[in-house]
Amino acid sequence: MDLKTKALLKSIWVFHVSAGSCNNCDIEILDCLTPRFDLERFGIQLVGSVRHADALLITGAMNRKSAPRMKKIYAQAPKPCLVIAVGQCALSQQMFRYSYNVCEPLDKILPVDLYIPGCPPRPEAMIDGIVKLVNKMKGKK
Amino acid sequence: MKENIKESLGSRILDWQEKSIRRIYFTVKKEEIVETVKILFKELGLRFVTASGTDTPQAFEIIYHFSFDKAGEFYSVRVLLEDKNNPQVDSIAPLFPGAEWIEREIWEMLGIKFIGHPNLKRLLLADDWPQGDYPLRHKEG
Amino acid sequence: MSHKVIVPIGPYHPLLEEPELFQLHVEGEKVVDIDIIIGYSHRGIEQLAETKHLDQVPFLVERICGICSSSHPYTYVLAVEDILGGEYKIVPERALYIRTIIDELQRIHSHLLWLGLAGHFIGYNTVWMWAWKYREPVLDMFEMITGNRNNYAMFKVGGVRRDIKDEDVPILKKALDDLLPAIDMFRGAVMDDPVIHARLKGVGILTKQQCIDWCVVGPTARASGINIDVRRDEPYGACDRIDWKVIIEKDGDIFAKTVIRILEMYESIRMIRQCLDKMPRGEIDAKVPDIPPGEGIGRVEAPRGECFHYIKTDGTNRPVRLKVRAPSFMNVASDKVGAVGGTISDATITLAAVDPCYCCTERVAVINKPDNKKILNGWDLIKLSQEKTRKLREGLEK
Repeated sequence: MDLKTKALLKSIWVFHVSAGSCNNCDIEILDCLTPRFDLERFGIQLVGSVRHADALLITGAMNRKSAPRMKKIYAQAPKPCLVIAVGQCALSQQMFRYSYNVCEPLDKILPVDLYIPGCPPRPEAMIDGIVKLVNKMKGKK
Repeated sequence: MKENIKESLGSRILDWQEKSIRRIYFTVKKEEIVETVKILFKELGLRFVTASGTDTPQAFEIIYHFSFDKAGEFYSVRVLLEDKNNPQVDSIAPLFPGAEWIEREIWEMLGIKFIGHPNLKRLLLADDWPQGDYPLRHKEG
Repeated sequence: MSHKVIVPIGPYHPLLEEPELFQLHVEGEKVVDIDIIIGYSHRGIEQLAETKHLDQVPFLVERICGICSSSHPYTYVLAVEDILGGEYKIVPERALYIRTIIDELQRIHSHLLWLGLAGHFIGYNTVWMWAWKYREPVLDMFEMITGNRNNYAMFKVGGVRRDIKDEDVPILKKALDDLLPAIDMFRGAVMDDPVIHARLKGVGILTKQQCIDWCVVGPTARASGINIDVRRDEPYGACDRIDWKVIIEKDGDIFAKTVIRILEMYESIRMIRQCLDKMPRGEIDAKVPDIPPGEGIGRVEAPRGECFHYIKTDGTNRPVRLKVRAPSFMNVASDKVGAVGGTISDATITLAAVDPCYCCTERVAVINKPDNKKILNGWDLIKLSQEKTRKLREGLEK
């Protein structure tokens, strides 16, 4: 487990899922790959299949259609897999909380390792969050 | 265009309100809606924008919104469905396909049946949403 | 003997932001039918709006979509002002110009975003990187004016919330000037590249009659020759006080849609410059009376088309009913005729050409047809699309 996690941290491959978001957070995530912030130089890359993922980036307030799919996706990801909740909707569902179509918040469904607040969080905030997570995981060993 | 509409629809118009120079609302009987829409869309060439359903204490109200782009005028056709236990109205989807989705949405949100709709099934709500629960209906009490 | 394969595109894809499931029914290479299943992003906003105050709703409505994040609050505010007699009766002059500046800046950023995605789909990853790189100065402009890169919270009934300071105006103008060479570069890259011509011309055609029947709006409709634009048909903000033109193309294919979006960016820059020059001094918001019972309609030309809000009030400070129709509601439905008849490798670019805002995101879970072993997912489809470009380019270079 330790060796796997260590290898994972060197170059995290992320799979991004939107569980009913307004799209802002998703675009800011993609912004991180663009030349101004350029996360790919750290080895962080978006992958096309959840089976290649080291981390799941989840945005959006859970709604009824997407909550069961989140569980399925998490089950399909090879462990160890980090779960990162991006944006206020994934954290606490903000103003959509009492809607008829929105169900439990993300951390009641999946074990979340990192919360990045903001609406939408700036790319700098996301990078800062990931750095903190990596340091924390290294500190554990 | 206002004169053209008044002339073509004649006695079908039950009441006519001009809330401002570009906003005209008129009511027709629900049995006449298909004929009315045929005249507005096919003969007079107005553009269908959308339809909105509302739950009011007296009746269900559907408003079909049409735009006359050349003059920037907006015509909203109101239809009242008094029978709140079994609301139904003829579908305008057979006239042009652009109306299919919006009638599906009104059906699943308010429970109004559109007779003659080619594909009346769920659009936005999850498959396991309980039957008979219509989110936009105002609850009693 | 042909067997049908169902190929799902969606709902979760690394590149496409919002989830939506498209099921393409495919025979061989050709798409014969398409099922569109949406609802993954449905958050019950219309019902939530009935529980909020009238001046809380712009914040709620802003988060319907992140890309056209200022269109929805603007439309809502116009709908409420419609009950009071209309925008021009209530809102002070300076606020009208600021509203238009925000609206047009948003159009530029949205079209650049689309350009990047379209480039990625057909395999030009460099276009993606460059388009988004030049999007950053636009977001910086937003941050200077409103304090945030997205979700600006600028609109309120009666005016705007923040002013543009005088010392910022030259900085904004310089940023716009720096943007022009970049758009020139995109224009040259798109209009002159034979491979792009081969990929996009004649693909995903929507005829004029189909556009009318499916009631599409925005650049999707203007690409097929339909002359509609809310800014000209029912002017709002400062649109009737400045000089600009509507861009129309005739062919109806994806190339036409791309050209329209690029040319609209030039127009937007022109409009913003004129607004910055002509903006008078004065108040930025007006005192608004209590909203009487009534019905109001607001319409705005969002980057994707006409955005429409209908509000019904009863004299209290909460809406009785808010109906929201985003432009993509009509445009995505028209994919049913746009994508059918094309090949699988053109599917992704055709679906993306209407610039869907409940965007399609790809999903890895795949539907199995019992009698067919071949299984494709959306990632493969994008690769197919990029392969086609590579082959075309090799063919042209010979």
